[in-house]
Amino acid sequence: MTTGPTVLSLRGATKRFGGLVAVNDMDFDVTEHEVLGLIGPNGSGKSTTLNLISGALKPTEGTISLRGTPISHLSAADIARRGIARTFQLVRLLPSMTVLENVRAGAVFGHRRRWGAEADAHALRMLALVGLDRRANAHVGELTYIDTKRVELARVLASEPKVLLLDEWLAGLNPTELEEGITLIKRLRDEGRTIILVEHVMDAIRSLCDRCVVMSTGLKIAEGTPEEVLSDPEVIRAYLGDYDA
Amino acid sequence: MSLAKRDWQSITLSAVLLAVAACLPLTGDAYMLSIGITIAMYAVLATSWALFSGPTHFISLATAAFFGLGTYTTAIGIENGLNYWVTLPIAAILGAVLAALVGLATLRLSGVYFVIFTLGLAELVRQVVTWGQNVSGQKGLYVLTDITEVHIYLQLLVLGGIVYLTGWAIGRSRLGFALRIIGDDEEVARHSGINTSRAKILLFMVSGATAAVVGSMLAPRYIYIEPALAFTPMLSFLVVIMALLGGTGRLWGPLVGVIPFTLLWEAISASFPNQTTLLLGLSFLVIVYLLPRGFVGLIESGKRKMREREAFA
Amino acid sequence: MDILITGLLLGGTYALIAMGLNLQYGVARIMNLANGEFLVAGGFAAFWFYTAGQVSPLLTIFIVAPLAFGLNWLIYVVMLRPLVKRAKSHGQLEVDAILTTFGLAFVSVGIMLALFGGDYFSYSYLARPITLIGDTYALNRVTAAVAAVIICGGLWLWLNHTRAGMSIRAIAVDPKSARLVGIDVPKLSALAFALGGAVTAMGGALISTFLTLDASTGVMFTLKALVIVIMGGVGDVRGTIVAALLLGILETFVATLIDPGLTLAAAYLLFVLILLFRPQGLFGRRTT
Repeated sequence: MTTGPTVLSLRGATKRFGGLVAVNDMDFDVTEHEVLGLIGPNGSGKSTTLNLISGALKPTEGTISLRGTPISHLSAADIARRGIARTFQLVRLLPSMTVLENVRAGAVFGHRRRWGAEADAHALRMLALVGLDRRANAHVGELTYIDTKRVELARVLASEPKVLLLDEWLAGLNPTELEEGITLIKRLRDEGRTIILVEHVMDAIRSLCDRCVVMSTGLKIAEGTPEEVLSDPEVIRAYLGDYDA
Repeated sequence: MSLAKRDWQSITLSAVLLAVAACLPLTGDAYMLSIGITIAMYAVLATSWALFSGPTHFISLATAAFFGLGTYTTAIGIENGLNYWVTLPIAAILGAVLAALVGLATLRLSGVYFVIFTLGLAELVRQVVTWGQNVSGQKGLYVLTDITEVHIYLQLLVLGGIVYLTGWAIGRSRLGFALRIIGDDEEVARHSGINTSRAKILLFMVSGATAAVVGSMLAPRYIYIEPALAFTPMLSFLVVIMALLGGTGRLWGPLVGVIPFTLLWEAISASFPNQTTLLLGLSFLVIVYLLPRGFVGLIESGKRKMREREAFA
Repeated sequence: MDILITGLLLGGTYALIAMGLNLQYGVARIMNLANGEFLVAGGFAAFWFYTAGQVSPLLTIFIVAPLAFGLNWLIYVVMLRPLVKRAKSHGQLEVDAILTTFGLAFVSVGIMLALFGGDYFSYSYLARPITLIGDTYALNRVTAAVAAVIICGGLWLWLNHTRAGMSIRAIAVDPKSARLVGIDVPKLSALAFALGGAVTAMGGALISTFLTLDASTGVMFTLKALVIVIMGGVGDVRGTIVAALLLGILETFVATLIDPGLTLAAAYLLFVLILLFRPQGLFGRRTT
């Protein structure tokens, strides 16, 4: 099923905060055009893993490589430039700017760098992709919650990343919005993008992910297709009492 | 790069204003000229200060350090037989180098460290220069040139024009866009692929180099230079107040603060010389509590209200 | 040897001043650039009481402390709390707090200039030599350092062994979690800010017994206290004391062996080294 070349790989990635081991010896690969779900109960280290990949945090031990080249020693900016782009758990937009300018930030400084009219045209295309092209000149303060998430997604897409990291992008949406959101990510998946998804919404995991890595207390406890891992007794034990899957 | 009609309009307007300002010496009034120099000096300093501190919200209190560095560069250069005009680019380079060093040490960290560091920088350089003079047994320096007040004034205007053009060009460049993103959310900037420290250091270098050149240009006015005069911390504070009072959201914002505040400051210094510190303190408080976005903010919200009223009419 | 001890004596007083600033920055999260002015005001009070009524500076601190406490509490509640409330981001609060306290610093210098003029002031209190381990030191320096140690010790006991003290330490570590366990963060922030001001003013009264002050020296002390707080680590009592002693020794060293005019340069040297190599403070752990 996963036959493409490996894009991103983690080997023994570990993050300690003082005595607490937030991520413990993580190993996994992401292949091209794959959607990988990173799941697990609250506090299991999913977001920390994402932060290690995007360079927001440096791993205490282990390496993370992009197409065979180690990137774990690089700054967040360098990692972004090499083609790993992320959204944030709590949406982060640039408050003083318009929707278009927000997206342009990704187009100008990301993996593929554009400038001037080319950057604007590209940003508009990305806005069309997420269905917001008609609000390009709106101020971000005027947007609804899902629209702010769309702008953030468009900003990330505009950098043409090799790997897309979505940190609970579907969290906090109401049922209709959730449906729209899942459709949108499905479209990205059908375009053949490589995505790592940290997610709690089980419907989304089942319908979007090719493969899942399950974490609990910093450790990888299972890996496989959504059906496999969600029926794994250890995974069920990890979730029980903490999350009604 | 193509220029829109609005760009041409603002360039023409700036050029006309600069030309009008250049006519001031024709009045032949020495007092007017002296005030003109002070205003031009603060306008250049405040505008270049805002180039960096406006978008990044990092408050630099180091203007006096760069200014003094420039003054001393010119004074020492002339004493050692250098042509005055040669000392200006040297001052610019030294200012940029000092800014780069300060930036490398502090701009990676949170804004508080930067403020504290710049707050003491002028005093630090002053102590070192004073010590150097004590060791070499020298007290002050004479700057004797044939440069007149009119020359100084015109030089400052030219420098002001250059700073405006630079600011305008930066505003349209990737660097300017990067700084706006950094000012909005540094985390997003980093994760979008912006080398945030480099962008901040580059802009701080522009600002530092400009302040150093202003110091160089003012050196012939002082004739006799000593550390307490060249590195007066008051200069840094006044520049911050003027820039924030005008508003840093627009390139022309600081200028709107510089003109009225310089006049007020001159008046207060002349009639109540002991109350200047109090005035300085109150100005900071007025900015925080009454004019958080400066006169620019006031003008823009006024415009918006006018527009809304027209829409209803 | 006597450089070391003179340095330690100076550092002891510095520790007290920096402790005041650290309470304000570490707990109330306000970088108070007017801190040094409260020090000078404390020194002025000691000077005035001593020259007018022969009141010992050691007694004056009991008058200075409640006054500074009340004034700082008012400043926090009236001027700073509205800024905390209106700030949309941490960065904005930082800028507003810096500008406001800077403004306050100039206003207080202006008021002190108007009241007392711009002259240096000093008085002679316990200016007798005292012999310690074979060398002689000024008794006033020794007394000030001992008093500083007593006040620091009291503060430490209070922070570690009372309910309010522990709550204040909890806020310094994590204001959000502190709120969750039922700590009244706004009230205790005001308390910490006021207490910080009182501690600094007491330090000022003590330091005036052996240093000459004038209305505009406050900013120098603010800078030194800031360097100590950053070096010691924000909210770290032990770090603050060690950093203050280090700075005291280094300053005495530079003043004695190179030039007394270079004390700020010495403090800056330490500051740069800390920024480059240990921006989290001497004993701080690197956090996220």
